[in-house]
Amino acid sequence: MKIHEYQAKQLFREAGIPVPEGIIAKTVDEAVAAFEKLDRPLVVVKSQIHAGGRGKGRFKEYPDQAGVVLARSAEEVRENAERMLGSTLVTIQTGEEGKQVNTLFIEQGLDIAKELYLGCVVDREAGGPVLILSTEGGMEIEVVAEESPEKILSEPFSIHTGLLGFQARKLAFKLGMEGKTVRHAEKFLCQMSRFFIDNDCSMTEINPLVITGEGELVALDAKVSFDENAMFRHKPLEELRDLTEEESAEVDAGNAGLSYVKLDGNIGCLVNGAGLAMSTMDLIKHHGGEPANFLDVGGGANVDQVTEAFRIILADENVKAVLVNIFGGIMKCDTIVTALMEAYEKVGFTVPLVVRLEGTNVEKAREMLADSGRDIISATDLTDAAQKVVATLSS
Amino acid sequence: MSILVTEKTRVICQGITGKSGLFHSQQCREYGTPLLGGVTPGKGGTEVDGFPVFNTVEEAVEKTGANTSLIFVPPPFCGEAIMEAADAGIELIIAITEGVPVFDMVRVMDYLKGKNSRLIGPNCPGVITPGIAKIGIMPGYIHTPGTVGLISKSGTLTYEAAWQLGNIGLGQSTAVGIGGDPIIGTTFIDLLELFENDPATESIMLIGEIGGTAEIEAAEYIKEHVTKPVAGFIAGKTAPPGKRMGHAGAIISGGSGTADEKIAALEAAGVVVAESPADMGTAMKRAIEAAK
Repeated sequence: MKIHEYQAKQLFREAGIPVPEGIIAKTVDEAVAAFEKLDRPLVVVKSQIHAGGRGKGRFKEYPDQAGVVLARSAEEVRENAERMLGSTLVTIQTGEEGKQVNTLFIEQGLDIAKELYLGCVVDREAGGPVLILSTEGGMEIEVVAEESPEKILSEPFSIHTGLLGFQARKLAFKLGMEGKTVRHAEKFLCQMSRFFIDNDCSMTEINPLVITGEGELVALDAKVSFDENAMFRHKPLEELRDLTEEESAEVDAGNAGLSYVKLDGNIGCLVNGAGLAMSTMDLIKHHGGEPANFLDVGGGANVDQVTEAFRIILADENVKAVLVNIFGGIMKCDTIVTALMEAYEKVGFTVPLVVRLEGTNVEKAREMLADSGRDIISATDLTDAAQKVVATLSS
Repeated sequence: MSILVTEKTRVICQGITGKSGLFHSQQCREYGTPLLGGVTPGKGGTEVDGFPVFNTVEEAVEKTGANTSLIFVPPPFCGEAIMEAADAGIELIIAITEGVPVFDMVRVMDYLKGKNSRLIGPNCPGVITPGIAKIGIMPGYIHTPGTVGLISKSGTLTYEAAWQLGNIGLGQSTAVGIGGDPIIGTTFIDLLELFENDPATESIMLIGEIGGTAEIEAAEYIKEHVTKPVAGFIAGKTAPPGKRMGHAGAIISGGSGTADEKIAALEAAGVVVAESPADMGTAMKRAIEAAK
């Protein structure tokens, strides 16, 4: 689960991690009031969307307007806020459609001496958390990793103790820090590692992490995401979820216990199991079609869940044909057919439907399909299924 | 012979009084697996469909002589259930549960260090040695006895592969689902080593997916250490970056973990990679024939 920068900074502040002073604004007037309240010569007006690359991003409605701007007067704040609020910001992470900006974060400007990169992730291969630090603040870490990997330091830390003081100092000295900056860095990095562990984060990223003219470290940006599977022990964090940032069909699917990802093609897929669902997309593409979605109904879905899955797939206007691919293990094939019949009743099919079933109770399910009198194209194996569904589009 | 499952295997189920725990314990027993009882704290001393229930794994081990545990407990408690099994001396722990927090798995892996327990999963279909024992949730009848060692990150895709292999007369020595989570107990490499050393296994099929680098490391291992023919498949060629595809681990992040780079690494290691998921069986056949 992702959260906004201003929410992440609030959590940082509560955890004792230094952040600039800032105020959120949902209207132009609030933005101006925030400027007055901060009472600083320079503020930064920042669009709050979940995607990164906001500074370089531009608005669809105002091609010259950046997603993050500096402002020195109430008038400048007003002019920028008027263009930004309610407009659509396109960044390298949003895709062409962009994302609507509903909230701004007005923050004090800082005296910046140096910009660093700081991140925490779980290293799958090492099987534990690792802290990543680089001198190349403000740049995308993937680019740095590609072009100058020697500028990236990484330090694994224990989930029990967090990053230890000596580990933090080692990193600080390697980056050439001196004097009291080393002490500030030690505190900052250790607190960051604790924050990562204590909140079951899947990623935290501060880019840039700023060293001020006074030698202090401040999180100028903040990107935090949490492990969805651990949210049960962090109920208050649930409230930070911003559903407007998520694809509504994906939210509906999640609520129904389904796993759905919308894609750009026109062949809807309903599959059980993540691996088979990905493979089904690949198969469609292999035979010249384009998948409209990833949809895993899971191992033990019931009739209601499967009906909901059909509803979600058919609600996508791009969908011109549907492929059902089920290898019944826990999931029984006849459950799928029962749900299919319900979907005919409740949702209605206006596009061709190709069904491939194998596994538990397949004979019974095939009989049910044959007896249904519905116009369903039955397929014998994967290739047959993919060819038939692609063929429905060309005819 | 086979890997992981032997004639000495004696299984208990943690979470046996839950709906899926009981259903699959029954299915395993029906298949012929020596599933001797289960554990649900607070329900010790009772019985469920002929299975004795114990309060702790320690007690279950003492009373049944179990050396293997099949875990179905809900995600918040799964990490601890694995540690309890290891503490009780269980040698093979198979965690089916999906949705275990990543940090719980970090703690589990830390705990297992230096202990004599192997963990398979979590978020996996389990292990089957066809005709001998099934310790997991896979439908038994799709697996036929044979000489292919099957390793996979995914459940239903493993069924698909086993089905395709069976249809062309290639049964399996053992099929293992390692799970689709970012942190798992047993890796491709661990199993490649076991299959390479198993006399009953003549060839190996490896099924991976997008996300992480486990398949790339497996490819390096195959190049150096595996003499048996290997076929492979990587799911998710068409998956968009940055989106989690069902499995917690199946996400392309920062441009790495793509299907293409994994396929290239496997091919460079001499693995015959199936172009489409419909060709997994024939890819294995081609690999076997090429090695002749």
